[in-house]
Amino acid sequence: MEKKVLLKVSNLKKHFQIRSGMLGKESGSVKAVDDVSFEVFEGETLGIVGESGCGKSTTGKTLMRLIEPTDGTIEFDGKNITTLSKKEMRKARRDIQMVFQDPYASLNPRHKIRKILEEPLIVHGIGNAKERAEKVEKYLNIVGLSSYHADRYPHQFSGGQRQRIGIARALMTNPKLIIADEPVSALDVSIQAQVLNLMKELQEDLKLTYIFIAHDLGVVRHISNRVGVMYLGRMVELAQSESLYEEPLHPYTKALLSAVPIPDPDFAREQIILQGDIPSPSNPPTGCAFNTRCPYATQSCREQNPTLQEVKPGHFVACHLYEQVKQ
Amino acid sequence: MVNQKKILEINELETSFFSDDGKIAAVDHVNFDLHEGEILAIVGESGCGKSVTSLSIMGLVPSPPGKITNGEILLQGKDISKFSEKEMRKIRGNDIAMIFQEPMTSLNPLFTIGNQISEAILIHNKSWSKKQVRERAVEMLRLVGLPRAEELLNEYPHQLSGGMRQRVMIAMALVCNPKVLIADEPTTALDVTIQAQILKLIRELNDKFNTAVLMITHDLGVVAETCQRVIVMYAGQVVEEATVQEIFKNPKHPYTKGLIQSVPDMRYKKESLYSIPGNVPKPGSVKVGCRFAQRCEFATDRCLTENPALYELSSSHKSRCFLVEEEGGSVNGKESLVESK
Repeated sequence: MEKKVLLKVSNLKKHFQIRSGMLGKESGSVKAVDDVSFEVFEGETLGIVGESGCGKSTTGKTLMRLIEPTDGTIEFDGKNITTLSKKEMRKARRDIQMVFQDPYASLNPRHKIRKILEEPLIVHGIGNAKERAEKVEKYLNIVGLSSYHADRYPHQFSGGQRQRIGIARALMTNPKLIIADEPVSALDVSIQAQVLNLMKELQEDLKLTYIFIAHDLGVVRHISNRVGVMYLGRMVELAQSESLYEEPLHPYTKALLSAVPIPDPDFAREQIILQGDIPSPSNPPTGCAFNTRCPYATQSCREQNPTLQEVKPGHFVACHLYEQVKQ
Repeated sequence: MVNQKKILEINELETSFFSDDGKIAAVDHVNFDLHEGEILAIVGESGCGKSVTSLSIMGLVPSPPGKITNGEILLQGKDISKFSEKEMRKIRGNDIAMIFQEPMTSLNPLFTIGNQISEAILIHNKSWSKKQVRERAVEMLRLVGLPRAEELLNEYPHQLSGGMRQRVMIAMALVCNPKVLIADEPTTALDVTIQAQILKLIRELNDKFNTAVLMITHDLGVVAETCQRVIVMYAGQVVEEATVQEIFKNPKHPYTKGLIQSVPDMRYKKESLYSIPGNVPKPGSVKVGCRFAQRCEFATDRCLTENPALYELSSSHKSRCFLVEEEGGSVNGKESLVESK
């Protein structure tokens, strides 16, 4: 069975300009997202992982055009949404919703939950007052809260409950795609597990597609079908999650996976400890972005930027080490 | 472990916060010992009292509204919880040092790195010459693996990355060879590859200088990789204490079990994660019974009406659960006091 592509991202770029001096001349740019391409299939979860500053959140926001891309195209459900006007884009967002990291900052503290949940319906002109009220109740129940919670304020809820409200809000317009940006990283482990299980159940029941952006590799493996690894604005590896975690190919992915602390005192492994820090995205190294920390870097890595290539079925990697293998 | 010398003993520590609703004990009769040269973890979720415990040891509980209302903190036999602020200043940085979660906010942005490290040295070694101080500062920066140590002395915190700042914090903390290092979520704000570097550094320094480390964390992965013994806290109480092997292989308290099971382990994919139902109770809201009873699948009527003591299964394993008592756990001297209260 051929899987249907719901979202197709091609050569997406987002460069933020740096202005300096009295006249605000452009003195350079931060390449937050630099030539990223991937596809998301209907009904799957694509995890995007990476360390701070790798561009994973910017990618998420650019997909919704909350940040305008500098270049590249985004096709959603067969339609190019990069060329839509602001008004048309607002309509398109009915099908793409977002869940944010901080459940404390993403809910308006002066609005009751009812108002917070009704708002997307009003914006998109869905239903009358009665239908909206019913829908609020329905979705509160779906995310594991009760109808009486609708008349409370955000501060009356715990972090986990707030994140449930954030998820309910994203579901109100029956979206096809949900972009979740670090949805569980502000939560305690026991609550994090509750929210992850909820997201999985909802995906099955409502046939949702997720893009799950996170830095926690354990969480991402648990929820994702496929995983993309980003480093310094570029996608360096993209594969089925089993294949990525069991047989990582890119030296960065290998180091990243080996650095994750495992909750098992008997687990022995060779840790690859990377030297140094992530280079500044305003002044990335030439060639492969990872060459400054890579134990296998060669001359060609310092000169040429590798492209993302399929080296095994469904397993893409951007690394010069694997180019020979393919030829 | 048992033969090792106790460097820090916490006995019946109670730290309370006073509000309009009365007294709320954030740390409720906590007992534990830290031995020379070991790395001991305190694990728990937000609000369990792990950070307040560490602040109590340092004498840094914001007062008002907070206050140590009971118990003693013995540093090599001396009760530092009764010390005056002036006496405490001699202890802090010299005998016990602390590193914090946020390396961004714990360094002063207006002073150079050299300035801040020198201050830490000079407070406890007033007679040192400028040259001696500078040499010591450079030595410490090198020790924590920072390149260009001499140049760094003249740089400001904003010029450094998060991982480098945390290394500077560690250098500052260790500058007077403290006997105890309290690390409060030292890697939570850092990326995994940088976290691995910092944890390795802490292990190496512990090994090299035999500094006892009290590692406060919520991350069980960090615990498994760095610590020898573990204390699990829940709602202000110690609910389990054991060696790292026993905590992960043979956890006794239902909360510890739930916590371990709910961590998504990167090595396997599970269909559905175990999750502990409900939320952590608000401090002071559970008056009678086990504080975990509301969320516990094994809870009986007894759990709702009686307070469990910290039962001892072996000299190294304790758990606050009636199930352990049924298994033959006993109550030792210190703890029987709690139950009789």
